[in-house]
Amino acid sequence: MLEIKNLQVSLAEEDKEILKGVNLTVEAGKVHAIMGPNGSGKSTLSYVLSGKDGYEVTGGSASLDGEDLLELEPEERAAAGLFLAFQYPVEIPGVGNMTFLRTAVNAQRKARGEEEMSAAEFLKVVRERAKTLKIDADMLKRPVNVGFSGGEKKRNEILQMAMLEPKMCILDETDSGLDVDAMKLVSEGVNALRDEGRGFLVITHYQRLLDHIKPDVVHIMANGRIVKTGGPELALEVEQNGYADILAEVA
Amino acid sequence: MGIAETRISQLQDRVVGLSVPASAWNAENRTAAVERLQSMGLPAPRDEYWRFTDPKSLNAIEAPKAALFDPKETDVFDTVDRLEIVFVDGVFDAVASDDLSGSNMTIERLSDAEGHDSHWAADCYGALEAIGQTPVQRPFAALNTAYATDGVLIRVTGKVEKPVNITYRHANDTSDAILHHVIKLEEGAELTLLENGPAAARFNKSCEVFVADRAAFHHVRTQGRDHERRAVTYIFADLGTESVFKSFTLTANGALTRNECVLRLNGDDATAHVAGASVGDGDFHHDDTVFITHDAVGCESRQVFKKVLRNGATGVFQGKILVKPDAQKTDGYQISQSLLLDADSQFLAKPELEIYADDVACSHGSTSGAIDEEALFYLCSRGVPKDQATDLLTLAFLAEAVDEIESDTLSDLIVEKLEGWLERHRP
Repeated sequence: MLEIKNLQVSLAEEDKEILKGVNLTVEAGKVHAIMGPNGSGKSTLSYVLSGKDGYEVTGGSASLDGEDLLELEPEERAAAGLFLAFQYPVEIPGVGNMTFLRTAVNAQRKARGEEEMSAAEFLKVVRERAKTLKIDADMLKRPVNVGFSGGEKKRNEILQMAMLEPKMCILDETDSGLDVDAMKLVSEGVNALRDEGRGFLVITHYQRLLDHIKPDVVHIMANGRIVKTGGPELALEVEQNGYADILAEVA
Repeated sequence: MGIAETRISQLQDRVVGLSVPASAWNAENRTAAVERLQSMGLPAPRDEYWRFTDPKSLNAIEAPKAALFDPKETDVFDTVDRLEIVFVDGVFDAVASDDLSGSNMTIERLSDAEGHDSHWAADCYGALEAIGQTPVQRPFAALNTAYATDGVLIRVTGKVEKPVNITYRHANDTSDAILHHVIKLEEGAELTLLENGPAAARFNKSCEVFVADRAAFHHVRTQGRDHERRAVTYIFADLGTESVFKSFTLTANGALTRNECVLRLNGDDATAHVAGASVGDGDFHHDDTVFITHDAVGCESRQVFKKVLRNGATGVFQGKILVKPDAQKTDGYQISQSLLLDADSQFLAKPELEIYADDVACSHGSTSGAIDEEALFYLCSRGVPKDQATDLLTLAFLAEAVDEIESDTLSDLIVEKLEGWLERHRP
C-alpha cells in the first residue's frame, strides 16, 4: 500500500540532509511501527509524506497504491487516502470543529467524485463516532483544538481519522502528552479502525503505545535511515536496553 | 498663500455647485453648518486625522468618475422582512420604496419635512455633528449638514419589529450624493437600521442617532461593491442611561471609504459596540475613524475592526477612547487587526486612549499578520483544498467582528456575502 524507496530529504532552507535513503513498505491490513531516538528523522518522514512545506526531496520515491505521493498537493494526498495524526495538532480559532470536519469530509468526497454527505447524515455519523472517543457535543462545537487539553487534541485527531476513513494512517507520536487513560482511549479508537484494507504507520519513542496498538512490524530508525526491522519483540528490546545496543550492532 | 487661505479658497471652489436647500425650521441649522465649514476649510493631507487617507478625491470639485459594477448577485437583505427605502444616486426612488409608515415610528424624507413650518428634528439636525467637531474637526460632516439634499427622519416611540432598510443604488458614473439622516429613539424604543449599496460615484452620508434611556439601536450595513466609488460617512450618536447602540459595517471594494463613528455615552450603564469587516483587493483604501467618549458611570464600549487586504490594498484604523473624569467603572475595549494576504498591502493603525477617571478597564490591541501557514497545512492535510482552506481561515479572522451582529439571521447574510467575495477574489 505505502511504498517508500530510497527516500532522501533535506531541509529546504539549509543544506542539511535529514532522510538519507529510507526504504519501507506498509501492506494493507498491517500495523508498522517506527521507533528511534530524537532527531532520527521520524517526524520528518511523516511531514514529507503528507506534503508539508519546508522539505526538499532530493531522491527516491513514495507512493500510495501506486500513486506518486510526492507529486501531489497535501489535499490531494488526503483525498488519495493518506492521513497524518499530528504530534502537535494545530489550534484554529474561529473555525468550528464540526464545520472543519464536514468541510474536510465533503472536500475529499468531492475530490474522489463521490456524493457529498448531507448535514443530517454527517451529524448522525459524527455523533456516533465522537461518542466512542468520549468527545462531547461541546468539543464538537468549539473552534478546532482551541482550549483542548493534550488528550482532547489527540482524541480529536482520531475522530478526524474515523470520519475521513483513510487507507493509510500515519500516527506521529500520538502517545506524547497522554496519560495512561487517555492513551487507552486513543488506542481503542485506533484499534477500532484496524481493517484489512487499511495500513498504519505508528511513530513513537516508547514501547508502551505498542502495548495497546499491537504492531505487526517494528522498524528502528536512526540518523535518517531504517537500521533494523523485526517483529513486536524489537520494541520490547528497545524498552529494556534503549537504542544504544541496536545502534552499536548495526554500526 | 498660507495654509488657511488655501483651505478656504479650495472650499469656495468645492461648494460652488452646491446650494443650501430652503427650509423654515432647519434654516438655522443649515446656516450654522455653513459657518462651521467655512471656519474649518477642507482637510489637508498633513492634518493629524488625514495623514493616512488622502482627502484629494473628496476635496475635488467634481466627483471622480466611478464605473458601475454589476455584482451579479441579489441585494444582501432581500430575504429580510423589512421596510424598504431606496435612493438612486442620492435621489429618492418612490416607486422602489415602500410606504413610509410603520407602527411605533414616524418616518419622513428630509426634503419633504423641510417644507413644514416646524418639526421635531429641528433640535436634532446637525446637533450631534456640531458637538462632534470638537476636539477633532470633521469638515465633510459640516459640509453634509449644510448641503444634504435629502435623507430620512425617523422617530421611534416603541419597539419596531421590522428593520428599516435603506438601499443606495448607483446608476450614474459621475453622481455626487449627499444624504443626511436623523434617527431619534425615545425612551425604551428599539430599531434595527439596515443599509446597503454603493450609493454614488462619490457619497457623503451622515447619520445622527439619538438613543434615549433604555432604548436600543441596531445597525447593520454593507457598503457596495463598485470598485471606483468613493464614500465618506459619519455616524454621530448620543447614548442615554442603559441604552444600547450596536453598529456593524461590511465593506467590500471601493477606491476610498472613510467611515467615521463618533459616539458619546452620556447616561450610566450604556453599551456601545461598533464593528467593521472590510475586504479589499487592489485599488482599495478603507479608513475607520472612531471616537468614543465615556461621560457617564459604568458604560461599556467595544470597537472591533478587521481588514483583509490584498494586491496593494490599504487599511486604516484610527480609534480613540476618551474617558472623562467622572466616567468611573468604564469598560473600554478596542481591537484592530489586518490580515495581509500579500506583501504589497498595508495596514496603518493609530489606537488612542485618553483616560481621566481612575477606576476604569480599558484595553486595546492592533496586529497585522499573514495567513497562519501551520493552520493552512493542517486544513489541507485533511483534504480541504488550499483556496477553500484560505477562505475558512479568512472568515475565521473576520468572525470576531461579524459576531458583533446580534441577529443570527443578519450575521448569516453577512457571512454569505463574505464567502461569495472571497471565492471571487482568490489569487
